[in-house]
Amino acid sequence: MSPISLRLSILSRRTVDLIAGRWFCATAVLAASIVLLILVFVVREASSALSDIGVVRFLTDDTWRPTAGAKASYGIIPMLAGSLFVTSGAVIVAGVPGVLSALLIRFYAPPFLATIHRRVIELLAGVPSVVFGFWGLVVLVPIINRLHPPGQSLLAGILILSLMILPTIALTAEAALRGVPASYSSAAAALGMGRWATIWNVSLPVARRGILAGFLLAATRAIGETMAVVMVCGNIVQVPDSLFAPVRTVTANIAMEMGDAQAEHRSALFLTGLALMVLVALFLIAAGGPRRSEVS
Amino acid sequence: MTRLRSAKIDRSVAVVCWVSAAAVCATFGCLLIEIIRAGYAEVSWEYLTSRPLDAGRAGGIGTVLVSTVLVLLVCLAVSIPVGVGAATWLSEFTTPGSRRARFVTGCVNLLASVPSIIFGLFGMVFFSQMLNLGISILSGGLTLACMVLPIVIQTTYSGLRSAAVELRLGAAALGLSRTSTLWYLLFPAATNGVVAGLLLSLGRAMAETAALLFTSGYATRMPESLLDSGRTLSVHIYDLAINVSGAESRAYASAFVLLILLLLVNLSTSMLAERWLRTRQTA
Repeated sequence: MSPISLRLSILSRRTVDLIAGRWFCATAVLAASIVLLILVFVVREASSALSDIGVVRFLTDDTWRPTAGAKASYGIIPMLAGSLFVTSGAVIVAGVPGVLSALLIRFYAPPFLATIHRRVIELLAGVPSVVFGFWGLVVLVPIINRLHPPGQSLLAGILILSLMILPTIALTAEAALRGVPASYSSAAAALGMGRWATIWNVSLPVARRGILAGFLLAATRAIGETMAVVMVCGNIVQVPDSLFAPVRTVTANIAMEMGDAQAEHRSALFLTGLALMVLVALFLIAAGGPRRSEVS
Repeated sequence: MTRLRSAKIDRSVAVVCWVSAAAVCATFGCLLIEIIRAGYAEVSWEYLTSRPLDAGRAGGIGTVLVSTVLVLLVCLAVSIPVGVGAATWLSEFTTPGSRRARFVTGCVNLLASVPSIIFGLFGMVFFSQMLNLGISILSGGLTLACMVLPIVIQTTYSGLRSAAVELRLGAAALGLSRTSTLWYLLFPAATNGVVAGLLLSLGRAMAETAALLFTSGYATRMPESLLDSGRTLSVHIYDLAINVSGAESRAYASAFVLLILLLLVNLSTSMLAERWLRTRQTA
């Protein structure tokens, strides 16, 4: 290679490096800006509702009737209550079997069956929410209807959501239990502790934080879930007085009304979206920061 | 005495674990069997290729499948280059733990926690209205791209990080440029991560409904361009189940097709990953 062409190739290599570096940096900036853009746009769209209607009316109006003209009311408390009831119910129902699944995989099942159970749970995590919702509508709701009409109810929402978030709870609990140092269980064995004594006194207390964080992540997933809830909850705006009463969640309300919402109504819907984001943020803070990924 | 009691508790906990796991698996099994049993009977070649008639009560899902594929292509065509680029920047062009890196990582993690209906709201305002793309396949695909971006970034990043330090040091010692190091050494090493990201994103995007309701819409005609509205398979299932009476069997069939497609995506993508790895190694 002649000196000149060598120099040229070094130069062009440097240019290539520079261009590549710029491109990678640009994509990183783009990726980081999306979440900020989302926040900006939701706040911007919600701002006219904030200034014209005011937070107070959102919290004190007793029902949601945004299209009633002069008599319009914008109370979001019933829907917030709906969202919170469905979410907490689902976490309670899915919590025990979720943690038990993790215990089974870690301690009780032979490796072969543990792997199979893990796979089944991972498969469950991959089922689309609209399929869960559809199954709930055609199978679960008629069963509940026989017990106590109308069937589309808080209970149906809780059961379907618990099935959807069970993988999150089970897999995070399993990971938390796997993170307990092996020396701890060896020490427990050396002290003559049996399997259950080790689990109860050593593994679960050490893994407690991880397991609880999994519960909160599952809660963020449940409160943000839309399709399954729209399909099985009945969507009547009310603070539910029993498990068999229909409810409408914040997410369901947006999905149902955004299609033909105008002006104030539309802005009010964005405000409920903002309220949803605040709730999710609170759960995340409680769980100790946003979803921990391998990046962090 | 306590030891005996502990052993007794241990046995009962074991039983409870098995029973609860069996209950979870049985419920899941019921769901799968129900969808497969009722869906399989309805699916035929004609169903897969003809367009929906009478709001979906008759006809097939041909145009719906075309729209689904187009939305997914737009989503991946945007999210893969941007996601891989951002992950590369995080992994190779900045110091991990620096303020800039922490900021980008924090934003991406936050993005991963945003509920899908919020993506729908954002896509409607930003892509459909502000960028004037309307209710279209393009808006829907771009909205989904935003949603799956964190998945692509996280998997690619961990793929790049898994490349041995020796690779980087050796490349530097040989005087390879940064770009060559990336192209010949690090990207091949990160292939697994990228493909895993592709697989997970495809699955997540295919399953998504809420983010598409107000971005790509409900149209059932054959899309003529990316600026046409077109409903995806998951939106089709939702519409049949909720808005159309007497279309339950058709909804079963669509749900069956969606489940099978998700399974196929997982299988074929992991096979592709294997083959790609082999060719890269022999080349």
